[in-house]
Amino acid sequence: MFRAIIVRLMQSIPVLLLVAVLSFILMHLLPGDPAVVIAGADATPAAVERIRRELGLDQPIWEQLLSWFLGLAQGKFGSSLVLNQTVLSAVAERLPVTLSLAALSLTITLPIGITLGILAAYFRSSWIDAGVMMIALIGVSVPSFWIAILSVILFSVTLGWVPSSGYAPLLTAGPGPWFASLIQPAMVLSLFQIGFLARMTRSAMLDVLDQDFIRTARAKGVSEWRTVGKHGFRNALVAVVTVSGIILSLLIGGSVVVEQVFALPGIGRLVVQGIMARDYPLIQGTMLLFGFAFVLINVAVDIIYTLVDPRVRYD
Amino acid sequence: MTDVMLAVTPPQMLAKRRRFRVLRKLAAHRSFKIGLVLVTILVLCAIIGPMLTGIDPTAMSIRSRFKPPSVRFPFGSDQYGRDILTRVLHGGRLSLSLGLSVALISGVFGALIGVTAGYFRAIDPYVMRLMDALMAFPAILLAIGIGAALGAQASSIVVALSVAYVPRTARIVRASVLVIREMEYLQAARVSGAGDLHIIVKHVLPNCLGPLIVQLTFIFAYAILAEAALSFLGIGPPPPTPSWGNIIAEGRDYSVEAWWVMLFPGLAVSLAALGMNLLGDGLRDVLDPRLKIET
Repeated sequence: MFRAIIVRLMQSIPVLLLVAVLSFILMHLLPGDPAVVIAGADATPAAVERIRRELGLDQPIWEQLLSWFLGLAQGKFGSSLVLNQTVLSAVAERLPVTLSLAALSLTITLPIGITLGILAAYFRSSWIDAGVMMIALIGVSVPSFWIAILSVILFSVTLGWVPSSGYAPLLTAGPGPWFASLIQPAMVLSLFQIGFLARMTRSAMLDVLDQDFIRTARAKGVSEWRTVGKHGFRNALVAVVTVSGIILSLLIGGSVVVEQVFALPGIGRLVVQGIMARDYPLIQGTMLLFGFAFVLINVAVDIIYTLVDPRVRYD
Repeated sequence: MTDVMLAVTPPQMLAKRRRFRVLRKLAAHRSFKIGLVLVTILVLCAIIGPMLTGIDPTAMSIRSRFKPPSVRFPFGSDQYGRDILTRVLHGGRLSLSLGLSVALISGVFGALIGVTAGYFRAIDPYVMRLMDALMAFPAILLAIGIGAALGAQASSIVVALSVAYVPRTARIVRASVLVIREMEYLQAARVSGAGDLHIIVKHVLPNCLGPLIVQLTFIFAYAILAEAALSFLGIGPPPPTPSWGNIIAEGRDYSVEAWWVMLFPGLAVSLAALGMNLLGDGLRDVLDPRLKIET
């Protein structure tokens, strides 16, 4: 087990390095001069030149890459130009918001998505099946921010049930306001993943329910509930775990847009603000962290995979 | 004698029969038919619609600001008194051609990279690690970054979204190439002296076309949705030229008082994406039953 984790982590090193290089290249693709951004609109050319030298932007590009890598090796992700704080502390400050949103959204998505998927597979070709497929289709066809705005009009403006925007921290504002500020964005995010998860669970269950051991279980008198729930779903779980990486990346991508609509001060909003303000180190650092998170999530999924399905090995 | 002749069908006829079978299966597939009808209607609306209304989509009129849907303004009017129906029809031209461009560009580059990686095994690890690294960034973030770098214009959206979707396409093409290259007919071709280029063009490409086409219909749908999201974030095709995305983005500030401004373009985006997804589902069932959803 320990060996599998090490092997899988080693395999991800080249990708992690490439992710770092790509984040660097992406920042250098952005037009404009960071030195001018920091110096401000009415700075003298000499002041701009001084800042450029301070930031090391007058060095050849490969030397800048090298020094950035050296910094990364020491855990330095750079400092924001606009926010007057390091990238890591800016991310750490906003991480609870995005994590709360993701956790709440997963809490809604997992039980509903899996249950719908099992029901659709069990009552194959019935109206339940058709309904689940319809939800899945809506999830991949409707723009999330559009649904979010419509939802605000209905639940915040018209009915006044929940606030339309903003975030209430769990520790200072208490669980009530925290939940109220997140439930609407989390439901909007979930709408898009429930369909995907249900569809994946459905096709995995369809494969399993046709197997001989299901018929055997029924034949020897195991209750229908246990047959489907235990014998069936335990085996379909492998396929569900496989897509959990995709679910998490959908969640990360979706939260960028949803945080924007609901003005939640999370990481997605941080990146978008960084891009708009041409805050190069911030974009570079956050993109890198996003990339790392994604690669490591996939490593974790692969490792969980070996736990769920002992036949899978990484050697 | 005649019996033997009948039993052995020439290969060309077999291929033809197969093609007809695919078409027959598609014609019988319900979601494919619904998708085809939806997409056809929307494409026709985008092509013919603007000619029928004959109104300039950027014509402003202070007196008819924020008119709710009526006979004169079937979809209402916006803050400049522009006709939303006309703008949605014109926006369809931009949004749909944007989606098509992204699908075609991702298709061409994805196929090139996927075939190269899958066929020439020596360079496969390097190419695919690069694709993995590109896929590590959420597609929408990559598109935001590249879109912001290139400036807010339709062409930079196409580039940004293509960069985001090429790796996903390449991975699917490579997967089918890996299966095809182990087939006996490929060894037969190689033994009879066919060169790599001939094998790729005549044997490999045609056989990975199915999964590729399926993937491209889904990319078309993603691209339309992503264009809307990018416009919403302020880096879509710039106004006043309408796209579905920027009409919604402009209507956002008035979403409570003038809900119609953002409702109708949003419906258009949803219907277009729904149509392409249904088409893709149908094509997948018929062309490539093994393929699972990839995002």
